[in-house]
Amino acid sequence: MRSSWFSPARLWAMVVKEFVQMRRDRLTFGMMIGIPLLQLIIFGYAINSDPKHLPTAVLVTEQSPFARRILAAMQTSDYFRVTTVARSEAQIERLLAEGRVQFVVSVPAEFSRRLVRGQRPQVLLEADATDPAAVGNAVFALGTLVNQALERDLAGPLVRLRAGPGPVEVIVHRRYNPEGLTQYNIVPGLMGVVLTMTMVVITSLAVTRERERGTMENLLTTPVRPLEVMLGKLLPYILVGYVQMALIVLAARYLFRVPEVGSLVLLFAVSLLFIAANLMVGITFSTVAQNQLQAVQMSFLFFLPSILLSGFMFPFRGMPDWAQTIGSALPLTHYLRLVRGILLKGNGLAQCWPELWPIALFMLVMMTVALKRYRQTID
Amino acid sequence: MNQAAVIIDVQGLVKRFGPHTVVDGVSLTVRQGEVFGFLGPNGAGKTTTIRMLCGLLTPDGGSGTCLGFDVIRGSRQIKPQVGYMAQRFSLYEDLTVEENLNFIAAMYGVPQRRQAVAETAERLELEPYRQHLARNLSGGWKQRLALASCLIHRPKLLLLDEPTAGVDPKARREFWDRVHQLTAEGITALISTHYMDEAERCHRLAYIAAGRLLAEGTVEEVVERQGLTTWAVTGGDLHELTRRLQGLPGVEQVVAFGNSLHVSGRDAAALGRSIEPFRVAPHQWRQVATSLEEVFISLMSGEGGAS
Repeated sequence: MRSSWFSPARLWAMVVKEFVQMRRDRLTFGMMIGIPLLQLIIFGYAINSDPKHLPTAVLVTEQSPFARRILAAMQTSDYFRVTTVARSEAQIERLLAEGRVQFVVSVPAEFSRRLVRGQRPQVLLEADATDPAAVGNAVFALGTLVNQALERDLAGPLVRLRAGPGPVEVIVHRRYNPEGLTQYNIVPGLMGVVLTMTMVVITSLAVTRERERGTMENLLTTPVRPLEVMLGKLLPYILVGYVQMALIVLAARYLFRVPEVGSLVLLFAVSLLFIAANLMVGITFSTVAQNQLQAVQMSFLFFLPSILLSGFMFPFRGMPDWAQTIGSALPLTHYLRLVRGILLKGNGLAQCWPELWPIALFMLVMMTVALKRYRQTID
Repeated sequence: MNQAAVIIDVQGLVKRFGPHTVVDGVSLTVRQGEVFGFLGPNGAGKTTTIRMLCGLLTPDGGSGTCLGFDVIRGSRQIKPQVGYMAQRFSLYEDLTVEENLNFIAAMYGVPQRRQAVAETAERLELEPYRQHLARNLSGGWKQRLALASCLIHRPKLLLLDEPTAGVDPKARREFWDRVHQLTAEGITALISTHYMDEAERCHRLAYIAAGRLLAEGTVEEVVERQGLTTWAVTGGDLHELTRRLQGLPGVEQVVAFGNSLHVSGRDAAALGRSIEPFRVAPHQWRQVATSLEEVFISLMSGEGGAS
């Protein structure tokens, strides 16, 4: 009972109490273990900032041993994986706009003839440079790759071509982002990241707060309908989401000079779906969380894979298949492609569709879960 | 009073949470204009019963009507005519008094909202606090605001769940005066409480323990049915006396009330015989009327059984 200035017994009791409370709050305890594990797995296994085996289309207008040799060399290299043999310029444009391929390699007509004459024919590499990190190394690799591949064929009288700057000139077009500026990729991407962050956190808190403070009980004794409560909570945040988007669009235009090739109206329209999807996640969390701290923790658990596996921080195609599968289930992954597609590539609604339906599907699933859980919390 | 319309009429209400039966066959009849007291220890099922009556919870069993509507299917018709006040302050702490009232009025679709808010604020003397955040109100004023929000849509029935918990005696008295004033105007009130003085201000009472209704009636009826004889003792070493009285035949409870001891039992003769040896100086004994408090202690200790 003495009150010494420091009591080990008191300290110990305090420590024990903290541990007991920590164990009682299962979710927090789980997060303490879960988040480091999640980060370890994602950073350790999923992230690769030197992506390889990138999908590539080839457009060859000439059938020749030289052209075949170049393609074969690309196939065997680590960086390129030829997925499509294109037939026309129009097809190439579509493949790049929809993001189906990262590169297009074109071997022009009369390639062999010009090569043999020592005229240094050009091989054109078009890269989808909306994410400069994804294309950098592959672009550097191609020059050496092509010239080395041809070296063996340049025998006999053609040996003379080996000298000088190489027999073939590789021209690189960084499409949509000629200077390879990172902010072209990051700033539009931030739109999705900021929306995910705020929409999920704010809504999960908004409903949990009502329950934690007991105001939900009072609300439910009034004639207000559950749908009215839910919509009434969501609408203000949709507006908040649009204000955030507007801020980022303004910053992109005036601070970062990011091009706006596509339609802003389309961008704001497709964003509604994305905002709704995230709000549904927030509502779902709020029906599970016991208090506001848990709601924030759950939001973080959703936010972490979203930011790491969506292609925002690291190239999506650099990740192993399992990580890409998880990433493809997250709405942010598709939204990033939508925003970059509209702003940088000038995509229209038709090209947006492949990324729109996964978000819509995600939203429907979440809405079903949210409504079901929300009803249970009332009774 | 018995000719008045029946406002709450439920039979055999049951509510289970998982394996626990929280409310087990509770039947209540409350008539218009009554102040009906709902008593019982913590966890007895009072709050759950009230929540079933106002449509927050769906009963798992039982039937009946509230304001003429089915308690199970009619919660949408019942809600607009009920004013419910939860145990805990459940308005928005970060809104002002006026904003809270205005919001609740809108939830109930009150016509001429501005006027209704002004009238209710005036009636409960909340006007000086209209622009204050609810968070900054003291306990008594919070309770007054909560009552105002229950009244703003002119309900026919008030369901008040321990409305005076944590409120000072003066504010409690004013609160009960106001409730009686309202019931005089034809509103019906069902109020749960732990305070005996409040129980005695009710027209009728129900006592519930472990989900079961143990007693119901007017204060006099409840006291009478329990059939307790009570003696008050003063003077001498009352701690020692308590120890010696406990367990004697006929002595069912010995309760300290300040400087006196109340000794009660249902068998008056046996009780009389047991206390006889102790009726010597310095103890002074006198028989007193059994109060509600002794009845409830008796009911709570499980001696009472159903009346």
